Amino acid sequence: MSPPQRRRRRPAEQPPPPPAPPRASPRQGGKPERLFVVAGKDDGERAELDLVTLIVSSAEPPPAAAPEQTALLRLCTTPLSVAELSAYLNLPFSAMTVLLTDMLTAELVTARAPIVRRSVADRSLLEAVMHGLQRL
Amino acid sequence: MDFNGSDTLPGPRTEDQLPHTAEAAVKIVIVGGFGVGKTTMVGSVSEIRPLTTEETMTQAGIGVDDNFGSDSKTATTVAMDFGRISITEQLVLYLFGTPGQERFWFLWNGLFEGALGAVVLIDTRRLEVSFDVIGRLEERGVPFVVAVNSFPDAPRYPLAELRTALDLGEEIPIVECDVRRRASSRDVLMTLMTFLHSLATAGALR
Ligand SMILES: Nc1nc2c(ncn2[C@@H]2O[C@H](COP(=O)(O)OP(=O)(O)OP(=O)(O)O)[C@@H](O)[C@H]2O)c(=O)[nH]1
Ligand SMILES: [Mg+2]
Repeated sequence: MSPPQRRRRRPAEQPPPPPAPPRASPRQGGKPERLFVVAGKDDGERAELDLVTLIVSSAEPPPAAAPEQTALLRLCTTPLSVAELSAYLNLPFSAMTVLLTDMLTAELVTARAPIVRRSVADRSLLEAVMHGLQRL
Repeated sequence: MDFNGSDTLPGPRTEDQLPHTAEAAVKIVIVGGFGVGKTTMVGSVSEIRPLTTEETMTQAGIGVDDNFGSDSKTATTVAMDFGRISITEQLVLYLFGTPGQERFWFLWNGLFEGALGAVVLIDTRRLEVSFDVIGRLEERGVPFVVAVNSFPDAPRYPLAELRTALDLGEEIPIVECDVRRRASSRDVLMTLMTFLHSLATAGALR
């Protein structure tokens, strides 16, 4: 019996504009940059957070911190991705971005931007990943 | 959720904590139909027990802006499994297993944006389930490889026949795998990386 048949598609003429991810390059050592500009949070705007943005605590939980903020700060004493935080705190991804937007604004946490694929991928990055996989 | 008992909240085991030097992460998406082996693949290569992140969607919100002011009460929860592989002291790779139906993708703001690439897991008993996924990846320009998860009772087509059926160009790798085996899943990821590397090399030469 022959398999069902698919028809190839072309890249969209104008691919849907992605919600501009943080294009910051990985930090080259030195001081952490402020990677996220959080604006107008009153009208519901959120920080650009990827599932694999790494979050690190930068302060002790303030006395007035909400319980979920305290929990998050304890989890992030070492770096954790937004996805992992969402899993451990049992909060949906969208709720995580709201919580983290507030905490970034209050400078309770810092965010380390993911490396995103560019039109021409960085070969040394790909090679690093390959070496890492070889060791598995 | 009650966060007051945060001393007992689950978190990474000490040996699962990332080093402080971890400064950037990359991601690969494993996409395929229900029951094709996504979670098994994530679990077989992940250094941590696979975790699940959830998102809720309201019926009215499907395909609509996620800020959609929802009156609807019909919320569906969609879960996505993921795992992690530390590459170096600085770099971490995350693997996300996501259902093939594109209507779920918008939930994960930018899941495919910035992903290095994707693995399309297929089950030859239900080949057509993957057609839409492959088409969407083509439209979005996300590089991908195809991995055939070989279930014992699945029809086995010669790779050439499969390539024709899936209407894939010669350059796109198609490999067989048994995602229950770590080495096999690792080889699939390596196939993707080698493919991405060849694209990057070709791009640099252009
Ligand atoms: N024989 C065989 N069984 C497999 C293989 N991969 C997965 N399975 C089995 O298939 C079943 C489904 O695998 P999952 O990894 O849960 O599939 P999934 O894609 O995550 O499924 P959903 O999340 O429900 O869509 C499990 O019982 C696996 O043990 C394989 O390569 N060979
Ligand atoms: Mg699964």
